[in-house]
Amino acid sequence: MSLKDWDRLVDSNNEEAPLSRRRFLASTTAGVASALLTTQATADTLADVPLREVGADLSGHGERSKFVHLAMLPEAGPGKRNVDPSDAINSKAPLGELVGTITPTDLHYERSHSGNPELDPAKHRLLIHGMTRKQLVFTVDDLMRMPSITRTVFIECTGNGWENWKKADPNVTVQNTHGLVSTNEWTGVPLRFLIDLVGKDRRSTWMLAEGADAAGVDRSIPLTEEIMNEAFIAYGQNGEPLRPAHGFPIRLITPGLEGNLNIKWLRRLKFGDQPWMTRWETDRYTQLLANGKAMQFQLRMETNSVITSPSGMMEIRPGYHRITGLAWSGHGKISKVEISTDEGRAWKQAQLNYPVLPKAQTRFQMDWVWDGKPTKIISRATDEKDNVQPDRKSFIAKMGTNALFHYNAQQTWSIDGDGRVRNALA
Amino acid sequence: MLSPKQLFAGAVAAALLVLPAYAFDFGRPASSDEIKLWDIDVRPDGKGLPDGSGTVEHGKEVFAENCAACHGDNGQGGIKDRLVGGQGTLASDNPIKTVGSFWPYATTLFDYIHRAMPYQAPGSLSVDDYYALTAYILSLNGIVPPDGKLDKETLPKVKMPNRDGFIPDPEFSKVPVPK
Repeated sequence: MSLKDWDRLVDSNNEEAPLSRRRFLASTTAGVASALLTTQATADTLADVPLREVGADLSGHGERSKFVHLAMLPEAGPGKRNVDPSDAINSKAPLGELVGTITPTDLHYERSHSGNPELDPAKHRLLIHGMTRKQLVFTVDDLMRMPSITRTVFIECTGNGWENWKKADPNVTVQNTHGLVSTNEWTGVPLRFLIDLVGKDRRSTWMLAEGADAAGVDRSIPLTEEIMNEAFIAYGQNGEPLRPAHGFPIRLITPGLEGNLNIKWLRRLKFGDQPWMTRWETDRYTQLLANGKAMQFQLRMETNSVITSPSGMMEIRPGYHRITGLAWSGHGKISKVEISTDEGRAWKQAQLNYPVLPKAQTRFQMDWVWDGKPTKIISRATDEKDNVQPDRKSFIAKMGTNALFHYNAQQTWSIDGDGRVRNALA
Repeated sequence: MLSPKQLFAGAVAAALLVLPAYAFDFGRPASSDEIKLWDIDVRPDGKGLPDGSGTVEHGKEVFAENCAACHGDNGQGGIKDRLVGGQGTLASDNPIKTVGSFWPYATTLFDYIHRAMPYQAPGSLSVDDYYALTAYILSLNGIVPPDGKLDKETLPKVKMPNRDGFIPDPEFSKVPVPK
């Protein structure tokens, strides 16, 4: 079976019914054989494969295989890497080692402004007040008894990509360049339900959301129809209660918007008719342009993508490779990802792994035979609203190099004659 | 399989069905006394500012005791955010964003330090101390005179140098009032 046939099988798998088992086995044979070309063989014949033996005792808690090593990367700021977690302001997800689209809960990126508090859910309260008919206090139990929704969305720190604003350190991984985005399944109460419950004044157009962390991080959220329809108060993350680092017991989820709007440890919603101009929407999370003016309330996370394999610090050999990566957009679904393997001259459409969900990460893949000559590989995402991820040159022309946040230029990986993959600006 | 949109529509429909019969069952009314404990936010027009006042002179002492270890003796040169200077650098290759050069509203400074500082014990100082700190940091930036004093009437009137330095995103700059 040729690689081309395999591609067609993947396509039909995506769009139609699952493959029959026989077709699946036939197709995986080709896939595995080619994958082995780039994998170091430690069991040369089947005789070298260890004999079957009785395994370890079952456990009350599933751990990773001892052969699998996955960890986040704690950072104290751009370029201040691998610091002690107590000094870290964020921890990046290991995008280069992950498959599929769901980020394992313990590897979902973290960013907090005064540590990760451990809150007792029995003592936690949510106050909703301001321009409302009723001022109400809710317990976590109250929220869990309300009608719920479950939705898979990405959350992205607005600082994601900040390594590459001014220069590209060649010796970094995709975890360094893009590890401040993750996708989880979240469960909670629609904001619209709470709005109806408290009787929001029609004239209230902004909502302040505030956390119970030491910093009391707070953001003003514009109450557009889209936001009122899609935001929710989550208590569930990938099927279990939130982890402390992600806001236990409750947090706000605002699909597609800046990570910091998804207020963790949520304790207060206040309805008003203008933004509060908190520190987090003036001094921080505004984008300074080259002319000295700053973009404010640029809340939507832009169309983005990155090749996760091959990516920074990996080494490849000439021959067959399956390029894969992740694409996402705060505008909706990803409609197309294109890949260039010749420094941006020609572009070929990659396959998207289904389902493609709105405001969630989408896995893409494409086969490629590397001829061993130095080159650069780049991905470019387009979303359902026809927003195209910009190339670096036009992106910098618009945003300058001082914006710090909202970097979504196309990511370039350069590959030298020895197959070393390195971070590059373009 | 239902799409997320369908699921969401379902949840909302369920919510609307449940609402009339069981609304009384969720949550309890908040008393005005307990709301006061948490209702700390301050807007640019001064709404939410508490009673009290503080002078630059007093702020200097409070700063030395509670802030200088991280932010430096005069609001710069510390291990954490620089608070002073940088005016005129925003359009350069190395912009220095400080309270003086970048922050558009003086009310934001009071709101932020009142809720979040000192880092290890946020909100632990008196309201007068927070007004004094605000006055002192603004005086270091030449925005409030050395003999200045701030309270809930005067603070919202302070005009920050970079007040007009922001461009609101067109998508969210005018949120329509729902019908």
